Amino acid sequence: MNKLKTPSDLEDIIQAISKKSNKQCIVLAIGTCGIARGADKVANALKKELKQQDLESKVDLKITGCHGFCEIEPYLNILPEEIFYIKVQPDDVKEIISKTVVGKKTIERLLYIDPHTKKKIIKEKDIPFYKKQTRNILAYNALIDPQNIEDYFGINGYSSLSKVLTLMTPEEVIEEVKQSGLRGRGGAGFPTGFKWNFCRKAKGNKKYIVCNADEGDPGAYMDRGLLEGNPHSIIEGMIIGAYAIGANEGFIYIRDEYPIAVSTIENAIKQARQYGLLGKNILGFNFDFDITIVRGAGAFVCGEETALISSIEGKKGEPRQRPPFPAQKGLWRKPTNINNVETWANIPIIISKGAMWYAKIGTEKSKGTKIFSLVGKINNTGLVEVPMGLTLKDLVYEIGGGIPKGKSFKAVQTGGPSGGCIPEYLLDTPIDYEKLKEAGSIMGSGGMVIMDENTCMVDVARYFLEFLQDESCGKCLSCREGTKRMTEIVTNITKGHGKKEDLELLEELATVVKDTSMCGLGQTAANPVLSTLRYFREEYEDHILNGKCPAGVCSALVQYLIISEKCVGCELCKKACAQQAISGEKKKPHVIDQNKCIKCGICLETCKVNAIEKR
Amino acid sequence: MIELRIDGLDVQTEKGSSILDVARFYGIEIPTLCHHDGLSPYGACRLCIVEIGEGDKAKLVSSCTYPAEQGLVVRTNSRRVVQARKMLVELLLAMCPSSKTIQDLASAMEVRRVRFKVEHNDCILCGLCVRMCAEQMDAQAIDFVNRGKDRKITTPFDAKSDVCRTCGACMYICPACELRCQGPDAPGDVCGGCANVLPVCLEDEDDKMCFLDPCGWCYKELGRTKNREKK
Repeated sequence: MNKLKTPSDLEDIIQAISKKSNKQCIVLAIGTCGIARGADKVANALKKELKQQDLESKVDLKITGCHGFCEIEPYLNILPEEIFYIKVQPDDVKEIISKTVVGKKTIERLLYIDPHTKKKIIKEKDIPFYKKQTRNILAYNALIDPQNIEDYFGINGYSSLSKVLTLMTPEEVIEEVKQSGLRGRGGAGFPTGFKWNFCRKAKGNKKYIVCNADEGDPGAYMDRGLLEGNPHSIIEGMIIGAYAIGANEGFIYIRDEYPIAVSTIENAIKQARQYGLLGKNILGFNFDFDITIVRGAGAFVCGEETALISSIEGKKGEPRQRPPFPAQKGLWRKPTNINNVETWANIPIIISKGAMWYAKIGTEKSKGTKIFSLVGKINNTGLVEVPMGLTLKDLVYEIGGGIPKGKSFKAVQTGGPSGGCIPEYLLDTPIDYEKLKEAGSIMGSGGMVIMDENTCMVDVARYFLEFLQDESCGKCLSCREGTKRMTEIVTNITKGHGKKEDLELLEELATVVKDTSMCGLGQTAANPVLSTLRYFREEYEDHILNGKCPAGVCSALVQYLIISEKCVGCELCKKACAQQAISGEKKKPHVIDQNKCIKCGICLETCKVNAIEKR
Repeated sequence: MIELRIDGLDVQTEKGSSILDVARFYGIEIPTLCHHDGLSPYGACRLCIVEIGEGDKAKLVSSCTYPAEQGLVVRTNSRRVVQARKMLVELLLAMCPSSKTIQDLASAMEVRRVRFKVEHNDCILCGLCVRMCAEQMDAQAIDFVNRGKDRKITTPFDAKSDVCRTCGACMYICPACELRCQGPDAPGDVCGGCANVLPVCLEDEDDKMCFLDPCGWCYKELGRTKNREKK
């Protein structure tokens, strides 16, 4: 493989790859999520089968990152026929090869069935989950093998970089990004173009850029999806950013809990270097840039930019006072620009399609599309990319497919642990940085945890508070002690020991934690409490005043009872109970001894006549 | 020269000084705990918070670490600041009620109750000892380990440190392991004794210069009783 020495070298290679014959191809998605559902076993079976049937030269097997619809994994797409099979098991492989690949027939039972119309859908793009999204960035995940840079060339990869180096000055690049209205996708939503400009204008002979890939919110994996599915888009974005800012050294700070993402991006950087897209004199221009990978050691707080900087410097990952902002004094006290993975991945598309095109998508102040990970009590779990301004309702019901088992929607938690819970009556809120903030939550990096009627909001607040008290760096008294004390109070409430004045104290403390903490983690740490108190106060009051958990989650406040009229005395529950808390003779109503009961709920699950009630 | 406004007062300072430095230079009192003039600012106790900016953009920042900026508007004693400080002191008291420094702070801010479960910790994690050891003693024998609620100060691997000269500077500077208040035993977690003693003698004794510390000692000694309300 030769180094690309001029933009026309790149042009040639893009041309050569797009001319390649359109062989039959099986596209199999293997992200971390896919592997968890056995996609790697399917891949092995496919390889074996292709070899056995001597089809290796005729049929390509392309391994891509996650396309987004994690609920139906492992899935594969057969091209050029565009036949899409879901929940494929290794045993299905033989049939797929002989019937579909060779015989060109579809296997009905592996097709996706629309839950509403009950119709079978053959093509991936026709599935309602995908149809209603605007997949400007994620769409490429389905087209390219992330281990192979040539696939990225095949979708005009690195042509934005070539355009920037050939035709644009750094100032023009910044202006273009400003015009596009792109805002930081990591959570705070600072306009990217302005951030770049600060760093470009900052005094200093050495500047750095950083890609923040320390994604740590529970239930969020957008960045992982991009790192595993389309690493070169991030690298290309970073090279363009480095050119605009005037940096020639970059870092990707990636959490070590993402081993596949780490190896994918490592490999991508290696390939980019081999092609001369990283290193000295990129594409023959007088511009040097290279990227180093730094692996995070598992601290949530290191996603905060100043903590991330100390971590890269080899110090303890603790935030520090801003100002000075990283754009003035960042890594090793040099001007540094930090952007999130998704922000970087947006850059090539802004350059290639133009700022005007990009700015047309979205709302007045929030432009473009945003990737969310839709998780929790939702039918279509997965990564979705939607234009800003779409309402939460559309996201949950149209794309997400609603709540499983016919249960009712209760709340959506956006923005990770520092976000807030938005109740049903606010579901018409458009997804936009300002509107979500008004609703008491934040955009955050894009986690959306959907909760149904069986979720106790006090318990949710407790869960997030426990996460935060572990993940707070512990420097600020307000954050360290504040989260600890809030957890203490909320845990007490879930155990039924809450007092009436606790709510007042909780609110007072939450406000102080929000006001007085130094970094973003502490300043938003009170959000789970404040937003649940704002929208679900009666649930807290039920716990405290009536000693009841309306959702039946807080075990200290629930009781399992046997309704004697319904009980047939089958003894199933009696046998299942590990605590031996159930007594009663055969064919006579049984009784639960409340002193022995540990409220595990196994009796409720085993009872076949619905004679057990949770109260 | 940088010009800013603190509590309605137009003040000037040199570049590089913190809000706390400027305020103190002009005689504006801001309570601190983890700050020490001989050590680098750390911003952990948050007691020195002040309110900057106006309207929706007003926010609280720690004055010891926030640089004085041109045109900054600072309020050191706004309602928001005072309420937040009281809560912070309440949190500190719940951690370590036996510290005289913390009891004094509580008294000065009229914190009269602790609504949290009291813990009697030995350490409030202000980091004074860590900085003392590193910056003044040049030893770096101790530092913070772990994070969040598990954070503590110790030597590497909790083992006896080779670089520790047992100089005792860490103990000297610690506001938590110092001797508790020398007054009568506090009945509860907030002794409040110092808050209940009478104010500086100046008002009554006219120009009598009093340097007794703690203040109000003379009244105890002389057995005088006086009530502020009566005056």
